[in-house]
Amino acid sequence: MLNAKRKQTAIVVLLVLLALAVAFISLSIGSVSVPLPEVLTALLTNGGGESGMIVTGFRLPRVIAAMLVGASLAVAGALLQGVLRNPLASPDVLGVTGGASVSVVAFMTLTTGLSIHWVPFIAVAGAMATGSLVYILAWRKGVSPYRMIIIGIGISTAAGAMTTLLLISGPAYLAAQVLNWTTGSLYGTNWSYVSMLWPWVALLIPLSLLCARELNVQALGEETAVGLGSRLQLSRFFALLFSVSLAGVAVGVAGALSFIGLLAPHMVRALVGHSYRLLLPASAAAGAIILLLADLAGRMLFQPLDIPAGVFTAGVGTPFFLYLLFRKRRGGLRG
Amino acid sequence: MMAEQSARKGRMLTMLIAGAFLLLVSMLASILYGLRIFGLRDLWQAYSAFDGSTEHLILTNTRVPRTLIAAIVGASLAMAGAIMQVLTKNGLASPSLFGINSGASLFVVAALVMGGGAFALKQLIWFAFIGAAAAAVLVFALGSSGSRIEPSRLALAGASIAAFGTSMTSGLILVNKQSLDDALFWMIGSVSGRSLEHLELVLPYIGTGMLCCMLVARALNVMALGEENAMGLGMRMKYVQMVSAAAVILLAGSAVSVAGPIAFVGLVVPHLCRAVTGNDHRWLLPYCAVAGAILLVTADTLSRFIVPGKEIPVGIATAIIGVPFLIRVARRKKDA
Repeated sequence: MLNAKRKQTAIVVLLVLLALAVAFISLSIGSVSVPLPEVLTALLTNGGGESGMIVTGFRLPRVIAAMLVGASLAVAGALLQGVLRNPLASPDVLGVTGGASVSVVAFMTLTTGLSIHWVPFIAVAGAMATGSLVYILAWRKGVSPYRMIIIGIGISTAAGAMTTLLLISGPAYLAAQVLNWTTGSLYGTNWSYVSMLWPWVALLIPLSLLCARELNVQALGEETAVGLGSRLQLSRFFALLFSVSLAGVAVGVAGALSFIGLLAPHMVRALVGHSYRLLLPASAAAGAIILLLADLAGRMLFQPLDIPAGVFTAGVGTPFFLYLLFRKRRGGLRG
Repeated sequence: MMAEQSARKGRMLTMLIAGAFLLLVSMLASILYGLRIFGLRDLWQAYSAFDGSTEHLILTNTRVPRTLIAAIVGASLAMAGAIMQVLTKNGLASPSLFGINSGASLFVVAALVMGGGAFALKQLIWFAFIGAAAAAVLVFALGSSGSRIEPSRLALAGASIAAFGTSMTSGLILVNKQSLDDALFWMIGSVSGRSLEHLELVLPYIGTGMLCCMLVARALNVMALGEENAMGLGMRMKYVQMVSAAAVILLAGSAVSVAGPIAFVGLVVPHLCRAVTGNDHRWLLPYCAVAGAILLVTADTLSRFIVPGKEIPVGIATAIIGVPFLIRVARRKKDA
């Protein structure tokens, strides 16, 4: 028992190290490849020379953004799956992605002359607004997982319908631009995105980790949780708040990436078990790895085209996930 | 007790008949109203004294086919959705979770990329059906251990296969931009622009699927109570699960091949109907068929009027009609 736990903790540490290693490698390869020692020098000397400029000026912000976004989405998904006690829950289900999309598309089609730099803020605002709307509509002497899920589906479907409606009544060139955004991409991410993103992530992921104990208790069932002194509605509120905020800022920077929020938590569940204390950090690492690899694939596979990372998140993640599912065949993978 | 039960039975039957009547009315409205408005007499004459005029052609070649397709596709998707939700024991499940939509889309786009413009809609229907079935069989195989389905495993296998298919599809489209326009026509999901000939291709499969549904309806009631109960009552889980999965593939696969990926109907209608019938699948499944048909037919009619002079994708209209009902049902439900 103790041994198993030690092994699982080791896996979490290993995942974090793996994420850093993948990040390091991402810095070195690209249309111009920079040898690993030079990457290290560039990082230590803060970007001298031409290759240093490529590493710290262009690749580093993109790599950091990929890690932060991937980690945020995965933690947001894990929190939601815990609160809603549904293995199929993800930030999409609560309308976070849909709300962000509809507000971005509305911004692009209805306003003219406003800078594109507003897009992340618009997306975050849209995500938070939809998240709150779902929460309010699902409130009836407290929120219940069933109501949150059903109303979330309704609201995100409505948001999707509004997005399409705006798209077909707007000019045609916007459709391509918006499609790029809804697939999710890290193209053109610079330091200003990173500086917007990291304070949120640095605040919200530790706060999410504080929910771990509460989520473990709630996994035992509602009655048991209340019996053990859990303040169900309060902890639900905070877990949902952290989850929606994390997903909101992630979507704001990288667009509507799906898959990571839904499946990264399940991947690590097969590796580190069901305790949220380990599950949340492991999810963060796994999410970062998936998005780093997907972004790398998008940069490298069809050069000189830069394919949105969202195309590859499922491509990178699914084979590994299916392997885990297959391996666990006898043990039974529980949500 | 007995009297109470037969009263419930009577009430259920009355409501079902009322629903069927409502369906007929909405189908009639869908045939008659649109950019051009017809009267009942025009419809009668279009079939009794067809004279080849534009009006008669619109009625027989456009309006009637799309109304029938909407009704049958809506019914199929809703029934398939209800079964998916029992099989996975998850209210978030829908036929698209079985990988049906993304498998069909992937095969259609692949066919367009490889064959150029060589394929007509009729051939694409087969590609779509094969894609849907292939994805679903894969999900079914991954989601079962031994030969029995494990609900949560099925849901996860489905979610990841669906995501994988979607990402492959976007990849294909991005690499080969020319296929985009052809693919988009199919991928938006619509009941217009199809003819009765297309429906006839899949009608036998849909019929078989519905038959499968009704065969397992009673068994699904027991399954919904939980696996232990079902086994305890001596149910042959394996057999029931196989027939249910076949029903989902036949119904949703056919619907998607004809109309493209229409997502919301299969998810929402079972929830709406369950509010009336409870978990009794002998009633739930026919209710779903009728309500799904009504939803898609009405949505298709509405889609002609929302933006003046332009038809919008039917998916928007299903959301406009369905979402308010869904929220109301969720808020009214007491015990959850």
